[in-house]
Amino acid sequence: MSTAVDQPLDRRTVPWLLATALLTTAPHAVHQPIWLSSLAGFMLTWASWLWWKDERLPNRRLLTLIVAIACIGILAEFRTLFGRDAGVALLVVLMNMKLLELRSRRDAMVAITLGYFLLLTHYLYSQTIPTALWLFVAMWLLTATLIRLHGNRNDSPDETLRHAGLLCLQAIPFMLVLYLLFPRISGPLWGLPSDAHAGTTGLSDTMSPGSVAQLAQSGEIAFRVRFDGKLPAKQKLYWRGPVMEQFDGAAWRPFPGHPPPPRLERLSPPIAYESTLEAHHQRWLLALDAPDALPAGASLNATLTASNRQVLDQRQRFRMSASLDYRFNVGEDQGVLHRNLALPAGGNPKTRALAEQWRQDNPPEAIIGKALALFAGDFTYTLQPPPLDRDGIDDFLFRTRRGFCEHYAAAFVVLMRAAGIPARVVGGYQGGEYNPLDGYLVVRQSDAHAWAEVWLQGKGWVRVDPTAAVSPARVEAGIADALPFGEPLPALVHWRAGWIRTLRYRWEAINNAWNQEVLGYDPQRQRELLARFGLPDADWRSLALALGIACGLLAAGLTAWALYRRPVGDPVLRLWHKALRQLTRSKVDCAPWETPLELAQRVRAQCPELAEPFRRVVDAYLLARYGSDNNSLKMLRDAVAQLPR
Amino acid sequence: MLKNTFPGLAARPRPFETILEQAGRIILGKDHEIRLALACLLAGGHLLIEDLPGMGKTTLSHTLARLLGLEFSRIQFTSDLLPADITGVSIFEREKSEFHFLPGPVFAQLVLADEINRATPKTQSALLEAMEEGQVTVEGRTRPLPMPFFVVATQNPAYQVGTFALPESQLDRFLMRIELGYPDRAAERALLVGGGQRARLDELTPVLDAKNLPAWQGEVAATHAAGPLIDYVQALVEASRRAPAFLHGLSPRAGLALLAAARSWAWLAGREMVLPDDVQAVLPAVARHRLRSAQGGAQTRAEDIAALIRSVAIP
Repeated sequence: MSTAVDQPLDRRTVPWLLATALLTTAPHAVHQPIWLSSLAGFMLTWASWLWWKDERLPNRRLLTLIVAIACIGILAEFRTLFGRDAGVALLVVLMNMKLLELRSRRDAMVAITLGYFLLLTHYLYSQTIPTALWLFVAMWLLTATLIRLHGNRNDSPDETLRHAGLLCLQAIPFMLVLYLLFPRISGPLWGLPSDAHAGTTGLSDTMSPGSVAQLAQSGEIAFRVRFDGKLPAKQKLYWRGPVMEQFDGAAWRPFPGHPPPPRLERLSPPIAYESTLEAHHQRWLLALDAPDALPAGASLNATLTASNRQVLDQRQRFRMSASLDYRFNVGEDQGVLHRNLALPAGGNPKTRALAEQWRQDNPPEAIIGKALALFAGDFTYTLQPPPLDRDGIDDFLFRTRRGFCEHYAAAFVVLMRAAGIPARVVGGYQGGEYNPLDGYLVVRQSDAHAWAEVWLQGKGWVRVDPTAAVSPARVEAGIADALPFGEPLPALVHWRAGWIRTLRYRWEAINNAWNQEVLGYDPQRQRELLARFGLPDADWRSLALALGIACGLLAAGLTAWALYRRPVGDPVLRLWHKALRQLTRSKVDCAPWETPLELAQRVRAQCPELAEPFRRVVDAYLLARYGSDNNSLKMLRDAVAQLPR
Repeated sequence: MLKNTFPGLAARPRPFETILEQAGRIILGKDHEIRLALACLLAGGHLLIEDLPGMGKTTLSHTLARLLGLEFSRIQFTSDLLPADITGVSIFEREKSEFHFLPGPVFAQLVLADEINRATPKTQSALLEAMEEGQVTVEGRTRPLPMPFFVVATQNPAYQVGTFALPESQLDRFLMRIELGYPDRAAERALLVGGGQRARLDELTPVLDAKNLPAWQGEVAATHAAGPLIDYVQALVEASRRAPAFLHGLSPRAGLALLAAARSWAWLAGREMVLPDDVQAVLPAVARHRLRSAQGGAQTRAEDIAALIRSVAIP
């Protein structure tokens, strides 16, 4: 069989290439601009139609024009032809365009190579289990297409797929060895293009009305926590993010300076836990209040926010501990206290007046009580608050009285500051959902929360959660219980039926295991694993050596197995012996010297119901074994399959 | 005899069916032997028929010659037959004053050497050399024999009086040796009812043209013998060398003969490839005269060959 690359392409190979293109490019439609996906889809459809009608492919000038238009479009969309998004967009377009150019085997080879490369690009966007499964299927099909291109064209699709599947399965040991032993590099293997972190989700370091409410609509997972001991009470689970001290009348921001380090008195024994944070493209570790032991490379700032040295651009695991009861900065710096009393000049007159009124000979604790009592009155907790006027706090406190945690936190802090009590807003997450299947606490974006912190003489900074006064359920049970009936909620949070919840728990537990065990296999874990196999302190050289030895042993083992299997591995003989075993079951034994034709004769006499099917087996076997015709193997396989059992 | 040939295996119409059928009408009840004889000729080998007088040996060779359209000649071997009686002599022609060669009976396409073991070894070897070389040397001049050239020799069983048994080296020159044996009851009765079959020989007309014979022989030699089949032939030859029933095993030439005969047998069945059945079918005819029984050096029995077949697994 000739394999010259400039031979014209067999028409029957084209559908394989069409399917390959579909499988390798389709998932990119999720994140690509709609016009690009439509263009790619159009070209795929066009190529399929031309194949179906057996018509001539378009001429090269037209194709060049389309490429040029696509390049200009990509340039206009992404402002570049490089980087992750633009590069992948270009590849997707080119892959589908190649289908309009399938003239020779060379073109098919190019398309297949491009397909294998496109497989890789999917991992730049997603590394979940469904992606991995999809890509395995795509790889299977790509390999089958390659076999189809080079192998026996008369094989049935089943046979080609079986062959390809076998090849892919044989690659698994090598895949495992490479996965376990390839030197791990902390961080991504290659620097991701700068646009890889577009569309950030998660807390922001600025809080303006509506910013948290928007986040709360998302059921995405923010982080997962596993406590070494018992799960603490839910209302104690405050995951601290940025502390916002500066208020400009609309938005809250953290103070940019570098005040002295915090002084923390721990009043309860530390609780150790392990937290796996999804990439949120900030430095915050979202540690449990108040942070005690921090991982290496992390630090605690003056407002008790734990931060990592690097921005968290990928999922990462940290071990930390926390003291749930604590005293924080009892002797606070005067500058800090002053800053936390500041309010923008003018604005919110009613609020100021109310606070002035409370301030008259009332101790700070009583003022806090009055404020919480005010919220506990006729305020409503909702994710869809009505829009607020220019004096937002006044409007909220005296007119709308409907809002979300950020409204309550902001209004409370303004009230406190106006009443002369240093106060600030703390952003972060509250609570979480316990998955009983794997013992992980899952904290979602919908658990995003804002609360207040006030400084009291002799007590330091004390956490006050005004939302708890409005809707105690928000803090004790979770957002779904806190909202009035009928409000839209993220779908994930909304599923509360028992079996759906169990299913979701299971799926999340599997995902978590995948994240923890497969994706979380980092240099540290690799070292631990190798140490267990007697290779302590492995550097990349010994890793490369181990990798080489393991791959060599594997290849040698597989070769030895293949060589050992070869004599009995003759498929014709295997099938024949299978047929003979079936005959033995029907009480017809074959002497070693008996020829197949004699045996068929005997079967006809002893077992007439088997005679006809066995005759076909003998025919096919003799042709396959003693004839010069190579196509009788399939005939034999069919005949043996049709033998009655 | 191949008992059953399936349509999938017989891709072509079977040639020579007419010949077999017509010959079967002359020599009654001996289809298998006729087929063996034909297979032997198609494989380009010489045939030895051994049996008691009156069993139809001569009739068989005569029939084949007629049906195949071969030029036929018969030499009756006697104890006083001289080599020149076979090969021919040069005689002096007085008119032209020169010697003129008179070709002997060996110059024919099918030579029937009747009762070959009644001649002296010297005379026997003259014929056997002709069989081997395909040419005859008379008075220093080498003369080619016609093509094709077949020898069908008949001999009486060696225990009969006045015979010179052919030595093993010369038996080896015959591709096959067959025995006709007594006809069965039905055939014998048909024979008695129909009178001597000899008379009907003259009614036969050639079915084929002898000129095509080399082409058919080429086809026969090209019949596909797959690796496993060669393995089988080899295993049989090796087993004959190990088997305690035989004084000595089959020679490499015997192995070649076995494969050639099996090809011919398969081709006659209309198949494009050789099956183990073909090998088993021709083995007795090819092997028996080449082997000696371990008990007293007598001829091997048919049972020994059957045991040999049973001792080899089919690959």
